[in-house]
Amino acid sequence: MTKPMAGDSIEQSPVGRRVSTGSRATFWLGAVVALGVLTLILLGFFGAPEDDQQQDAVRMIFVHVPSAILTYIAFGATALGSVMWLWKRSVWWDLVAHSAAEIGVIFCGLTLATGSIWGRPTWNTYWDWGDVRLVTTLILFLIMVGYLSVRSMGDDDATATRAAIVGLIAAVNLPIVNRSVEWWFDRTLHQQSSLTDGNLEDLTLFTLVFGIVVWILFFAWAMIHRFRVGWLERELRTGDLDEAIAARRAEALIDSQPQNGASS
Amino acid sequence: MVGPKTVEAGGAASVPLVSIVRLSGVVALLGRFPALAGIDLEVGPREIVLVQGPNGAGKSTLLRLCAGLLRPESGKAEVLGHDLSVHRAAVRRSVGLLGHDTALYDDLSVVENLRFWAVASRVDGAGVGPAMDRLGLPSRLHDVAVGKLSAGQRRRVALAAVVVRRPQLWLLDEPHAGLDQSGRDLVDQLVTDAAAAGATVMLASHELDRTVDLATRHVTVAGGTITSDRPGEGGRGVEDVL
Amino acid sequence: MFSDVRLVAAKDLRIEFRSRVTVSQVVPFAGLVLVLFGFALDANRPVLETATSGLFWVTVMFVATMAVQRSTAIETNDGARRALLLAGIEPAAVFLGKLIAVAVQLLVVEVVLVAGVVVLYDARIESWALLLSTCLVATIGIAAAGSVLGALVAGVRARETVLPILLLPVLAPVLIGATRAFDDALGSVAVDGWAWLGLLAGFGAINVVLGALAYGVLLEET
Repeated sequence: MTKPMAGDSIEQSPVGRRVSTGSRATFWLGAVVALGVLTLILLGFFGAPEDDQQQDAVRMIFVHVPSAILTYIAFGATALGSVMWLWKRSVWWDLVAHSAAEIGVIFCGLTLATGSIWGRPTWNTYWDWGDVRLVTTLILFLIMVGYLSVRSMGDDDATATRAAIVGLIAAVNLPIVNRSVEWWFDRTLHQQSSLTDGNLEDLTLFTLVFGIVVWILFFAWAMIHRFRVGWLERELRTGDLDEAIAARRAEALIDSQPQNGASS
Repeated sequence: MVGPKTVEAGGAASVPLVSIVRLSGVVALLGRFPALAGIDLEVGPREIVLVQGPNGAGKSTLLRLCAGLLRPESGKAEVLGHDLSVHRAAVRRSVGLLGHDTALYDDLSVVENLRFWAVASRVDGAGVGPAMDRLGLPSRLHDVAVGKLSAGQRRRVALAAVVVRRPQLWLLDEPHAGLDQSGRDLVDQLVTDAAAAGATVMLASHELDRTVDLATRHVTVAGGTITSDRPGEGGRGVEDVL
Repeated sequence: MFSDVRLVAAKDLRIEFRSRVTVSQVVPFAGLVLVLFGFALDANRPVLETATSGLFWVTVMFVATMAVQRSTAIETNDGARRALLLAGIEPAAVFLGKLIAVAVQLLVVEVVLVAGVVVLYDARIESWALLLSTCLVATIGIAAAGSVLGALVAGVRARETVLPILLLPVLAPVLIGATRAFDDALGSVAVDGWAWLGLLAGFGAINVVLGALAYGVLLEET
């Protein structure tokens, strides 16, 4: 069960030594991400042209769309991790599920926030109920908050199982949620998929794709760190099972006043 | 480690007895806490085992484990021939557990509760009446909601639920608690009769002066392990027969 | 298996009948909500008429949370959960039995609510078939999702506040679908209610199956 991740060098911490979730791999990954983000900002603000109708607001697309994509990637990871925990009792997958849920909630919130902010100047409303994707994402956000709520209730296997079932229920029900919202409003203010209709200027398209890649790398970087934090937390809690057993057995010596009494 | 009795008083040639409970190095966790930290125990049929020990020692956990309610973390655990790490469900039908809580529905009457649990356990409902009589529950109480009974009466109903099941292995956690004198005598009688009829009984109790005469074996649990295991004074009925 | 389902359902309903919680607390609560909405919407008839479907189902959602909490509490109060395991009843049977009991209670409340909206909001029912079918199908879905989530939070501290957080988002499709179906049944909006009923049926089927599978894990492990 002590499966190290590729290229890591977690320092096991005897008392006093600093423990870090960083490693060579994450350092380079982080550097690439930082560089990517910088490039993205430059491209986004100065490279890509204004949109005729939306003007500068269209730049929101470079945050909103990747966040949305990542939300669903993260949620997918949580769903998969939940299944693997229930099926194989895999601690690794359980940690993936938990980490992805935390990061996913943040991206989800970001998606909703940027969607809302973007919507205001563009469509003159902070929130459009007719926007299928936005409404579905909102419900997903609420469900993930519930998932994290359940997770926070304990740190043992029973909690992991409970959370995994929430994840499973969420995963199974989400398509139904989407379908029902879709039927509810046939029309949507939401832009039809900007990626596929090819109306985007070349540079905007490039920036968007570039942005998605950068965000995915960022997600990976965040996941690795969060996963490792979870791993260390878990090790701290579990401590050594043998130590716990030894401590438990030692209780016998403390309580060893003769209990037998006069045996008749 | 004292094993199951293979030679009865009188030295009759022993037929190898199938162990009812066989635990070897069993560790069981409650959450992350090792409530049982290495239990070695073997119990044979018709034994009446008194499990004693300080609070928090693991007595209740031991009983729950033997009932098939807990998964052993490590070690070998076999009850009634079933491996507890995989076949807990099979064990449950054959055991009767009396825990600290009554597992009764407060809004249902005594009869309704007992009938429910009898049907749920696939046991003949005809045993309900006799069980109520056995436990000294007068007929005026039969249709009273369990929530309205006193604690001692509720305990008797809970015991009746165990009696109705006619289990092979009786697991009683502090059965005398909350009962009056006649109730306690009743428990003792039930235990003796059960063992005489071929069942095995494990009871956790602090009532040492009473159970000392009853038990064929005294086991002390402390710190999640068995710290002492010696024969007791009881079970004379069984020995006389053999 | 089916006899076990009947056994558990009958037990839950008998307990409910004895304690009269549904009749004396839940139904008045539902009625009260309708009245309060009347106050809040300024007794504005056209608004109330348009809002009837939504108010109806929102009320049902709240009642459902109460019903599920009660259903779960029955088992956790005195360690009956453990005894159910010991008895050897199939967990799926326990799930279905409790689901049926919750559904029956919800249906009782819904009957009262229908009477309530007819009287208080002047609702005219065009299609009784659609109305009643919607109540039945939606209720099964609600009871299914509720029962499994109820069992999930059983035994956890602060369970009362967590259950609605988990349950209500999952029930969003039911709220959307049942409301639209009711709109059709009440003749207030031109939608295809029967199509929505199909979606509700799908939701119900999926969650019943999911619940039956997950219940065993929950009983054993938590």
